[in-house]
Amino acid sequence: MTALIEMRGVTKTYGAFTALNDVTLSLSDTSPSMTAVAGESGSGKTTLARMMLGFINPSHGQVLYQGKDVARMTGAEQRQFRREVQPVFQDPFDVFNPFYRIDHVLETPVKRYKLADTQQQARAMIEDALKRVGLRPQDTLGRFPHELSGGQRQRIMVARAVLLRPKLIVADEPVSMVDASLRATILDELKTLNRELGISIVYITHDLTTAFQICDNILILYRGNVSEAGAVERVIGAPKHPYSQLLVSSIPLPDLSKAWGGEEIPVSEASAARANPGCKFAPRCPHVMEMCWDNLPPKYVPDSQRLATCFLYRDAPVSASDDVASAFRPPDRKTVAVAP
Amino acid sequence: MSALQDAKPILVVKDLNVHYDTGKGPAKAVNDVSFSLKPGERLGLIGESGSGKTTMATALMRLTRAPGRIAGGSVELDGRDILKMSTKELRETRLRDIALIPQGAMSSLNPVMRLEEQMIDAILAHRPGLKRAELDARVQELLKNVGLAPEVARRYPHELSGGMKQRAAMAIATSLSPKVIVADEPTSALDVVVQRQVMQTLGRLQDGLGAAVVLIGHDMGLIAQFADTVGVMYAGKLVEIGPVRQMIESPKHPYTRLLVDSLPGIEVKRELTGIPGLPPPLVDLPPGCSFNPRCPLAFERCRRETPLLQQVGPGQSAACHLYPEHAALPPLPPMTRAHQELRP
Repeated sequence: MTALIEMRGVTKTYGAFTALNDVTLSLSDTSPSMTAVAGESGSGKTTLARMMLGFINPSHGQVLYQGKDVARMTGAEQRQFRREVQPVFQDPFDVFNPFYRIDHVLETPVKRYKLADTQQQARAMIEDALKRVGLRPQDTLGRFPHELSGGQRQRIMVARAVLLRPKLIVADEPVSMVDASLRATILDELKTLNRELGISIVYITHDLTTAFQICDNILILYRGNVSEAGAVERVIGAPKHPYSQLLVSSIPLPDLSKAWGGEEIPVSEASAARANPGCKFAPRCPHVMEMCWDNLPPKYVPDSQRLATCFLYRDAPVSASDDVASAFRPPDRKTVAVAP
Repeated sequence: MSALQDAKPILVVKDLNVHYDTGKGPAKAVNDVSFSLKPGERLGLIGESGSGKTTMATALMRLTRAPGRIAGGSVELDGRDILKMSTKELRETRLRDIALIPQGAMSSLNPVMRLEEQMIDAILAHRPGLKRAELDARVQELLKNVGLAPEVARRYPHELSGGMKQRAAMAIATSLSPKVIVADEPTSALDVVVQRQVMQTLGRLQDGLGAAVVLIGHDMGLIAQFADTVGVMYAGKLVEIGPVRQMIESPKHPYTRLLVDSLPGIEVKRELTGIPGLPPPLVDLPPGCSFNPRCPLAFERCRRETPLLQQVGPGQSAACHLYPEHAALPPLPPMTRAHQELRP
């Protein structure tokens, strides 16, 4: 089976700084999935996204799209790759040229990829794409970017991606600049695209709540290394890695029975200065052991559908595969019931 | 909490109005808002973009700038109306009695001054004549209070991470032990773990000072974790206010309910529900209740008559015509995709 997208031992370094360290991940071509990549600023999640999109090349390892190395594609292959793998960016303000009506951003890909034979056909495609993201074409087309809200602009970026009928959408923090009340709607639309059009989605975020709600599997990065990966129910529902545990316990939930608690958590900036060849989380880890400082933990499999790179689980078997997706569960295909 | 109930309010906001003058008439960004705050109380003000929360924060400090203007009302701090103070009184009051932790501390620090100079500047403006040694000691104490190492004092803002800058802004805001701290989305650009650290620091500082805090934000989860009292703003109005537990477990205003529901948890997967439609433009509010075009329970009266805040539970008030006829908020009808569509 060829994977839709595969990262094989991918490392990205900028000078002496390692942004992403030896990540192997393959997403299936046959069942459209929704995968979250989470972590704090500087964890390497955007670097991972940019490599998946072919914007930057890995320092070591390969990114393969349908078996072909993204860095060594022919012109025609690259054209196909650029069409089938679409980005949605964080900032819904920066991506628009303020002098063009929003029609421009939708018409350009139609022209560039010759998706339509006639003007009418092009218009119909654009209208369909807008409707799919919950926008009314008659209220949207002909407007300038400043006339639309952040949420509406972000939906237009999703509509633009949908126009090209991509196989994969890489959405880098698509809702972090959108109001909480509108986030849910946009994310729900991404889920609908996955279900209805079979588009795989990689959702880059630092918000574990929404990752849990829309994704099947998650990969948690800490300073360039995978700390935990697997089914969202496992990793977010019952995290094993101390870093995932810290992340999950820091989510501000509107639930008073799950208060943050008064315990002080170590201030990262001050303590993380000590560079070490071992686990990058060691300086902040409440369970740190002597072995953590000098050795990078392998991928342990403490239970099914998850792996954790942490020596606390050294009695568990080591993952047979380097591929973090080996711990993933099959994608959720059933439509989720409407909440009462 | 019981001590809170007996105390005299430190901050009383009455019928506050802030307008932005536009070509189409005044945009009422803060529209007849009243609330009061007791020493040590934590009030969370929540609303969407454009609901008037930041305008509110700046008005509490009397920092409103043109085209905005304070169009009426009073902000009484310990019995004195900030809006009527002379420039001199105002300058003395700010920072000493009421301090602002601004949104995006990154841009509120001076990039060409070391942190300690900025902190000393603020202190000296109010306590002239303090000796260098006393100032240095105070700077070290303030940094320690916010969990920053002493050497941070010598750094420039660009040498600090986002969380550190936010802490530095907090150190400055608390340098004169204010009675009221206004924090405008202090963690909006930070990661969850750093956000939690910063909020815990703010809580600890506040406990130490016995100050009241107005925390402004759009994240119901964050507000719920921090505040004792939650106020919900919509289109410039305070539409519901009450103790945090009641606001989350039994909100009375449909908008509050939708805000709480739009935040998914991590227990069960469910349909994600946003709030259909968009807030109205402030220059062109719909007649009646401003929320009526988006409200799943709106009825005829809502389109005609503006609801006033009325008591709906112990310490809880809501501006909604469902009350007093209803004892609790009726269940909201499920939202379909059609509801989510854009309004013209």
